[in-house]
Amino acid sequence: MKTRYSFGGDEHIFVEMDEEMSLDAFFKSLSISNAVRAANIDGVTEICPANASFQVKFDPDRIKPDDMMAELKALESHAETAEKRLTTRIVEFPVYYQDPWTHETLMRFRDRHQDSSGSDLDYAARINGFDTVEDFIKAHHSAPWFVSMVGFVSGLPFLYQLVEREKQLEVPKYVRPRTDTPKQTVGYGGCFSCIYSVRGAGGYQMFGITPVTIFDPKQETSYLKDFMVFFKPGDIVKFSPIGREEYDHILGEVEANRYTPKIREVDFDLAAFEADPEGTNAKLMGALNVG
Amino acid sequence: MSVKVVNPGLFTTIQDLGRPGYFHLGIPISGGMDRYAVRAANLLVGNDEGAAVLESAFMGPTLEFESDATVAVTGGEIPPKVDGEERDCWTAFKVKAGQVVSFDYLRRGARAYIAISGGIATPKYLDSRSTYLIGALGGVEGRAVGVGDMLPLGESAGAPEGRTVPEKLRRLPGSPAELRVLPGLYWRLITEEAGRNFFEDEWKVAPEADRMGVRFRGGRPLSFKEREQPFGAGSDPSNIVDGCYSYGSVQVPGGTEPIILHRDAVSGGGYFTLGAVISADMDLIGQLQPHTPTRFVSVTMDEALTARADRARLYQELKSELA
Repeated sequence: MKTRYSFGGDEHIFVEMDEEMSLDAFFKSLSISNAVRAANIDGVTEICPANASFQVKFDPDRIKPDDMMAELKALESHAETAEKRLTTRIVEFPVYYQDPWTHETLMRFRDRHQDSSGSDLDYAARINGFDTVEDFIKAHHSAPWFVSMVGFVSGLPFLYQLVEREKQLEVPKYVRPRTDTPKQTVGYGGCFSCIYSVRGAGGYQMFGITPVTIFDPKQETSYLKDFMVFFKPGDIVKFSPIGREEYDHILGEVEANRYTPKIREVDFDLAAFEADPEGTNAKLMGALNVG
Repeated sequence: MSVKVVNPGLFTTIQDLGRPGYFHLGIPISGGMDRYAVRAANLLVGNDEGAAVLESAFMGPTLEFESDATVAVTGGEIPPKVDGEERDCWTAFKVKAGQVVSFDYLRRGARAYIAISGGIATPKYLDSRSTYLIGALGGVEGRAVGVGDMLPLGESAGAPEGRTVPEKLRRLPGSPAELRVLPGLYWRLITEEAGRNFFEDEWKVAPEADRMGVRFRGGRPLSFKEREQPFGAGSDPSNIVDGCYSYGSVQVPGGTEPIILHRDAVSGGGYFTLGAVISADMDLIGQLQPHTPTRFVSVTMDEALTARADRARLYQELKSELA
C-alpha cells in the first residue's frame, strides 16, 4: 500500500491510500480523516472519507496549499499506528430482490447494458460463476457489509462485503449510465453495493429495492429526525431478503412513521476478522438476534 | 412583503453562497454557479453579499412585486424590463408595488442573477437557502420556482437607484472560452500524447450542462496507459475505486467527453479525473452557453494562486466602487 497525494485544483487535496480496495485501505483512510478532523486545522472546510481514499477541501487564503499538504503528511504516521478497531452499529436492511420496479427500469435501459439478453442479476450471477440467480442473491445477503463511503448524492452508502478477496462479487458498471434509477434501489458496481438514496441517474447494476427510507430532507421520518442522512462510514449492514408481501407491509409502516430499523451496537476488529471471517461475521449477525 | 412568480422562465432557482460542510454525506455546496455575480447583484441593492437571489438559466422569469423594492440583474446579459420598459444590467433600479419585471432575450453568458432588496427569505435548510434539486433541499420546498409561487422578502433599509458596476468589473467568458486547469488527481492514467491533445484541442460545450456539471465534446479521445485494473475499480481503463471528487474536477468517462463538476457536484464516483479547473475560473463555467468553443489551459499551482488573488482584488474593487 503506497499513499499518493495530489492537489485537486487550488482548494482540494486528494489522498489515495491504495489503488485497490481493501478493508486495510478503508481503515487507514478513515483513521487519517478522523485525525484531520481532530487536528482542527484552520482553513479546512470539508473532510470527506471514501473507500480507499479521502479528500480535504481547504481555503488557500487561510492556509497555503503546500502547508496544508505538509499537515496531512504529518498526520499519516499517526494512522499507521492506529488500531484498526471500531465500536459501531449493525443494521438490518430488508431487500426485495428481483422486484418489479428495478426490473421495469433495467428493461428500459437495456441498450446501455453489457448484455441485453437477461436482467442485471442474470448477468451478475453468470460472470461471477454462480449456477443460479438464487445462489448469487444468497451470496449477496449472507455475509454483512461495511459502509465504506457515503456520497455520490444525498447520503448514498457504498458498501463493501465482509468476505475474503476470493469471495468478493465483482461486476462492471453499465456501459453508459442510466438516466433513471428508482429510489432505494440496491445497486452494484465494481466490488461495491450501494443503496440509491434518491431517484436519479446511475451506473450500478440493479438487484432489488429496500422499503426503508435512508434520506429525508424534511426530517419527518422518526429515525431521521436528528439528521436527514441515515448512514455514516463504519456502519455495518446485514441485508435480509423479503418478498412482495413483506415489502408492502414494511413500506406501509415506514409511510405511517411506525418503522424503526433494527440496530445493535457491535465492535469490529479488523485483525480478528482477518483471522476468522466466518466466526466474526456470525458474531456480528448474532447481535441482531439479541434483545 | 413578497414577489409573485408569474412565469418562472426556463429554469429559475433560489441560490445564495451555498451550504459548505456536508460534502462528506453527498450534499454539495450548491449556491450560485457564478458567485461573483451573486455578490455583485446583492451589493447593488444594499444586501449582504450572501443574500438569496434568483438564478435564471438562459431565460428570465416574470415577477410581480407586492411592494416597492430595488432590483439588480448581473451575470449573463438578460436585460430586465419594468412594465415593459428596458433597464440596464449590472445596475440597480426601482420597482414600485404592482409593477411587473420581465426580461428580454439572452444576449451574452448563460445565467442571470436577480437580487431584490431585502433578499429572498424562504426557509434555510442546513444554514442555506440554496436549491439542491436532487436532494430536494432549500429553494421553494426543495424545487425550482414555479408559476404562482409567492417568494417572501427580508427587511431592507432601502437602496438607491442607479448604482452600477463599471464594465471593467463585469466578468464573462470570451470566445473561445479559456478554462485554466491544474493537472493532477488521476492525470497519470492517461498517455503523454493524450495529455497534450487535451490541452491542444478545441472543445465545445455540450447541451448536457446543468448545475451538477458541464460536458464538452469535439476533442480527440484520450488514450490510457497500459495497466492492470486494480481490484474493485471495474474493467474500463477510465474506472477507479470510487473516491471523492473535487469541485471543478474534470472526469472523462471512457476517455471521450470531459465533464467538469460544478456547484451541485456528485461528491464521488468511479471515474478517473485528470485535474481540476482552478477556483478563479469556476464562475466562468456558469456562464457558458451550449456550443461555446472552449480551450483548456494548463497552469501550475503558483499560477492558480495568482489568478485567485487577481480575482479577489477584482471583488475588492467592486466593493469599494459600490461602498
